[in-house]
Amino acid sequence: MSAGILLQIAQTLLAILLAPLLLGWTNQCRAWLQGRGAPPITQPYRNLRRLFHKDAVIAHNASPLFRFAPYMKFACMALAAGIVPMIANDLPFSPAADAIALVGVFALARVFLALAAMDIGTAFGSLGARREMLVAFLAEPALLMVFFTASLISQSTALPQIVATLAHKEFAIYPSLAFAGVAFWMVSVAENARIPVDNPTTHLELTMIHEAMILEYSARHLALIEWAVALKLFTYSALGIALFLPWGIAPAGNYGALPLALLALFAKLAVGGFALAFLEAINAKVRLFRVPEFLGTAFLLAVLGMLVHFLLEA
Amino acid sequence: MTLPLSIDLLMLAALFWLLLGVAGLVLAPRRPGVSKPVFLLGAAIGVLVGVTALAFLGSGPETAVLLIGLPDLPFHLRLDNLSAVFALLLGFAAAGISLYAAGYFHLGGESPPGTLGLAYHLFLASMLMVLLADDAYAFMVAWELMALSSYFLVTTDHKIPEIRQAGFLYLLMAHVGAISLLLCFGVLQGGEVGNMNGYTFGSMRQAQMTPFWSSVAFLLALFGFGAKAGLVPMHVWLPEAHPAAPSPVSALMSGIMLKTAIYGLLRVTFGLLNIQLAWWGTLTLALGLITALYGVIFAAVQSDMKRLLAWSSIENIGIILAGFGLSVIFTADGKGGLAALAMTATLYHAINHAFFKGLLFVGTGSVLHATGTRLMGGLGGLIRFMPWTAWLTLVGVLAIAGLPPLNGFVSEWLLLQAFLFTPGLHQNYLNMVIPIAAATVALAAALAAYVMVKFYGVIFLGQPRDPSLVKAREAGWLQRLGMLWLAAGCVLLGLVPALVVDEIAPAVKQLTGQVLVTQGNWLLLAPVNADRASYAPLIFFVVVLAVLGLVFFAVRRLYHGRVRRADPWDCGYPEQTARMQDSAEGFGQPIRQVFETFMRVERETPDPFERKPQYQGASLDQIWFLVYQPIARMVDWLSAQVGRIQHGRIQWYLIYSFATLIFLLVWTR
Repeated sequence: MSAGILLQIAQTLLAILLAPLLLGWTNQCRAWLQGRGAPPITQPYRNLRRLFHKDAVIAHNASPLFRFAPYMKFACMALAAGIVPMIANDLPFSPAADAIALVGVFALARVFLALAAMDIGTAFGSLGARREMLVAFLAEPALLMVFFTASLISQSTALPQIVATLAHKEFAIYPSLAFAGVAFWMVSVAENARIPVDNPTTHLELTMIHEAMILEYSARHLALIEWAVALKLFTYSALGIALFLPWGIAPAGNYGALPLALLALFAKLAVGGFALAFLEAINAKVRLFRVPEFLGTAFLLAVLGMLVHFLLEA
Repeated sequence: MTLPLSIDLLMLAALFWLLLGVAGLVLAPRRPGVSKPVFLLGAAIGVLVGVTALAFLGSGPETAVLLIGLPDLPFHLRLDNLSAVFALLLGFAAAGISLYAAGYFHLGGESPPGTLGLAYHLFLASMLMVLLADDAYAFMVAWELMALSSYFLVTTDHKIPEIRQAGFLYLLMAHVGAISLLLCFGVLQGGEVGNMNGYTFGSMRQAQMTPFWSSVAFLLALFGFGAKAGLVPMHVWLPEAHPAAPSPVSALMSGIMLKTAIYGLLRVTFGLLNIQLAWWGTLTLALGLITALYGVIFAAVQSDMKRLLAWSSIENIGIILAGFGLSVIFTADGKGGLAALAMTATLYHAINHAFFKGLLFVGTGSVLHATGTRLMGGLGGLIRFMPWTAWLTLVGVLAIAGLPPLNGFVSEWLLLQAFLFTPGLHQNYLNMVIPIAAATVALAAALAAYVMVKFYGVIFLGQPRDPSLVKAREAGWLQRLGMLWLAAGCVLLGLVPALVVDEIAPAVKQLTGQVLVTQGNWLLLAPVNADRASYAPLIFFVVVLAVLGLVFFAVRRLYHGRVRRADPWDCGYPEQTARMQDSAEGFGQPIRQVFETFMRVERETPDPFERKPQYQGASLDQIWFLVYQPIARMVDWLSAQVGRIQHGRIQWYLIYSFATLIFLLVWTR
């Protein structure tokens, strides 16, 4: 039990510390694919350090909610990183929150940030909040449906249980998971504010979603948000790996498999980050009102995945 | 000395509520301040009702006969676990709302506080009697008293024509529903002529009915109770009546009265009918899901804060009815364990909704009192002037948006689990329906978060859209206490779900014959077993707090806490005003655009040459135009036809009587 708790803390810390690295790697890959010189892979760390050292500038009429939201967002993402099995499968904290609660944690972070965005009362903040909630209202149920497909196969909504079932059954092919996989990809693109739904590098008012929400943040608050964004990307990637490529995650109680699991995680994340950069490089951002169509497709695919499960696999 | 029976205590509570109302009425003209202690005592009685029900849960049914009413037709009363769960909800939620009302109505309003206090306490007492009634006669008397007293409460500000109209619509729908209920009890009675006790629920339970007549009774009950609960398409009165009433009354109506309709449906379906057919469940599930989605979409486009909450109540009723439908499907399919899971989710959500919707409605009451407007377009930034109201309302907002670790998440989690654990049902088509239904519930829950961000963000955050808002005053301490009570309910129901599930287990067992196993671990909610699904909100909450604390400490320790205040970034355009924030319409615009087919959108856009350009937009309910207006026109037409034989000349009327007499003499010879 105590070893389990140590492992739990170690995994969460690992995710928090490595998350900016994944972001740096993705940015680097994208720069290569776009044919420009790449920033160093450690650039996100430098940004965080710089931001933490600055003085926070806050609008005159900001309420305590505004200052609280970044901490809340960071805490939620750290919690999410603790729930998802990344390298090991016995996480003592996982019974406290299952896959549905994970969706709830993401929603909690999102609602706090959207409220904080509306707190200052500039046109951009509420615009960002509105767009973010528009993206969320389709992405969230789609994500839930992806989890449902996986949990129908494993007869459990507990993430370690899902991973154990999917990784250790004989190599069975689930057609429902193929649908769910595509839907998950689309949802994770939207939830992490990447192209084609949102562009993390733009500050153009016509297109920005996530950046519009955090426009008023500076210094340590912005650093926490940026870090939480990186952590969210990391957690989503780990989640995708856990659901669709779970091979290599150390089963419960098998500590000898940990080094190999760590290596497998790094390899998969490296490939995943490159794939993300590649898809971003070949796509263009869609218009805002095409986003519901994009996410509606994801939602539909996820529901289809569930139906396919009932039709073919039940 | 023996302890008084729980049912006696509850009857006494109803009596005290009545007496309080009368006392308030009598004393109010001479002592205007008397309404405060009256409402405070009412709150204390609410606590008594809640505690009695809590203590009763798990024991066998108690009955009583009240010798009032018509000769030979006494009132039969009965308290069982189902009644007790709803009495629990009624008592504790009413306690918070009455506490708030003690501060709120004290400030005076349109109606004299005496009459208002009488109607208010009559309303509470009649709702309690609905829960206790054990015969159709007592039930209908209590039901009608409930409708009438709430009608007078809705029309408190009767000098405003819109409010009179809303009250009329409410009364009309209440009576259409009541007729259906009367017919339903008639069917349940079994048509036995001469059976003087046929009207008691006891004899209805004994009656053996064919599936056909059972279905008729169920459909009548669904219509009658659905009209009260706000099931689409009988929901039209709800967005009119709830905003019209004073806020504590809206809280009572939305939080508690809608639940009496759920109680009635449960009572008839699982208590009085001996069989449950799967298609009833499918029908209710479908209607419930349509209601949930329809309600939340319309909530997103409202600009009146109380109307928004009323539509959100429609959504929540839809979710409750979906859970009920699922439970019927499982019962009919012989899957008792799953039926128990769905039923637990249903009851849990009913209790949750009483607390968070009560909290949100009284919160809007404080805002309304401080600012004088219900339109969100004239609000904003109130978190700075009314911090208590704002932060307590935030609890309700997070709870109703279904976010962990508050209570709204628990019931939605349970409901989604019920969908997920569906192992092949016997009817194949149901296996297809379940995933789609689960997707709809998830969609409605996600949209609810959108609605609540809009509600909270536009009212409490941002800059004041009206300069006079700076003078908005915080609610009084009684009002804060009432809100605190309801908010504490939301937090507690969210943090210890395993205990709550254990408490309502006797009612679930009574309805479905099975209970959920909580494995005696009060920290962990695991409806089937911990390997399949589990949720421990208290651990969750502690971990979030710990991480928050650690991060805060680390950031402060390793860096610095320096803060500089400045103007918000103006994008190079210095003339930013508060009117450039999103208005309520603006925030709802994406949803309106996506779901425009469901609503009738009427826009009035200004001419480019107009000096004072005005923009107006309204998203209206299609059902009103497609269903209710044709019915109203038909009624008008019919009465015009009937009016033809009504001349006002005495000779003609004498001829009518004469002809009728002749006709009867010939016919009944």
